[in-house]
Amino acid sequence: MKWRYFRQGLFFGMVRLSALIITLVLLGIIAFLFYNGIRAVTWDFLTLPPTDSMTKGGIMPAIVGTLYLTVGAIVVALPLGVVSAIYLTEYAKQGRFMRIIRIGVNCLAGVPSVVFGLFGLGFFVVFLKFGSSILAGALTLGILILPTIIGAAEEALKAVPQTFREASLALGVSKWRTISRIVLPSALPGILTGAILGVGRAAGETAPIMFTAAAFFTAALPKSIFDEVMALPYHIYVLATAGTHIEQTRPLQYGTALVLIALVLGIDLFAIIMRSRVRRKKRW
Amino acid sequence: MIITTKNVDFFYGAYRALSNVTLDFEKNRVTALIGPSGCGKSTLLRLLNRMNDLIDGTRVEGEILFEGRNIYAPEVDPVEIRQRIGMVFQKPNPFPKSIFNNITFAPKLSGVRDSGNLEALVEESLKQAVLWEEVKDILDKSAMNLSGGQQQRLCIARALAMKPDVLLMDEPTSALDPISTAKIEELIDSLKKRYTIIIVTHNMQQAARVSEYTGFFYLGKLIEFNATEKIFTNPDVKQTEDYITGRFG
Repeated sequence: MKWRYFRQGLFFGMVRLSALIITLVLLGIIAFLFYNGIRAVTWDFLTLPPTDSMTKGGIMPAIVGTLYLTVGAIVVALPLGVVSAIYLTEYAKQGRFMRIIRIGVNCLAGVPSVVFGLFGLGFFVVFLKFGSSILAGALTLGILILPTIIGAAEEALKAVPQTFREASLALGVSKWRTISRIVLPSALPGILTGAILGVGRAAGETAPIMFTAAAFFTAALPKSIFDEVMALPYHIYVLATAGTHIEQTRPLQYGTALVLIALVLGIDLFAIIMRSRVRRKKRW
Repeated sequence: MIITTKNVDFFYGAYRALSNVTLDFEKNRVTALIGPSGCGKSTLLRLLNRMNDLIDGTRVEGEILFEGRNIYAPEVDPVEIRQRIGMVFQKPNPFPKSIFNNITFAPKLSGVRDSGNLEALVEESLKQAVLWEEVKDILDKSAMNLSGGQQQRLCIARALAMKPDVLLMDEPTSALDPISTAKIEELIDSLKKRYTIIIVTHNMQQAARVSEYTGFFYLGKLIEFNATEKIFTNPDVKQTEDYITGRFG
């Protein structure tokens, strides 16, 4: 009897410990960045372009660039991903063809991000002649996060009770309207979760934008989607590896990383608030 | 005769769920389909408004005539059939919307736009489903907050709002308490003046109480179809009698 309680206690303890470790790792990273980077983050740092061969000044063009690229990637990937997920869950007959598509989506998720970068370079930048630009970068990032969005949207659609579909169809509502008016709104919170994951990924990636969108240095803000931009992850990479003043710019590197994390968490927070609002309206 | 099935066979893949079912449903009458679990009564019900179309790998043979027209003919649009043959399910399944929007959802999509008409439709449908007095002040509240019995009456009101000719009910009270069940049964009685009702039920007393005709199914076959009174007092087939008196099933 005692032994059973002991075993249960041990098991619960291990579960708690695992959760604790994960939280600690996350907090640790944030605390580390905060400790090393907070002194660099000033108003000027956020609002000015870099100066003195990037050893002084701010990172404003990189913040703006990352925002553009991330929003662009979501604009590309969200509609395409949701429509694909609707096809896969609602329309396609289960069978060999479906299995092949699913394997394709999963493989896409496993492709190293630098390969996406090379593909973007070859296809968008060179072949379609977009040049190194916001457009090419957003499209490349969009393809990169597509599997994440498809996966989350599929799960969200599958979680909508079958009884909702039956109820609507039995009322003589067409399949498409059943999906667009009943199923999709009910799946929205889950789809937004996918979008959150996608945003985090798109904002943080370096390799895919290295050849397709990111500039080493531009003081000016982009005027159109065909301009290249600075981006936070690439800026960190440049400062930390490619500059001539690596040691000197260490605080700037941490500062930039801190801003990047804050930006991603900020976008996540926005999406989470939106999701909980939608959820409150669509309870079942 | 509003619906007639002629030599209907139905297959889930290779499994034959119904064989050679021939049956007439009379207009403005309540017909009950009874039989043990898995006998094919729900399958037949779902064939009548083409809900089985949704299941992959199923096949129908024979004819189902609705007002003389085969609803499985290639040119027939199942959406149109379902607008005229409504359905209420075993478990209440309101949409996660307000009571008002639950009822107006389908009529809006089929073209009722005017807000005055919609309000009148909501009131009329809820009154027919004997729910109006209970919910008239909370029409903008979520349907999910209603009790199970109220939800089921809302689902009936929602089906009635499409002004169907036929109402199919698939064990509509099996998830409800006795008081809600009694309310639904009263409702069925009042609705048959305007609608043809076909009800699948596990509860034989219920079939005896609410229906004029009863069909008894066993292992995918229609064993006996007769006036309810006859089925429950003096059935023609021995198997029916055994089931009714509880000797098997």
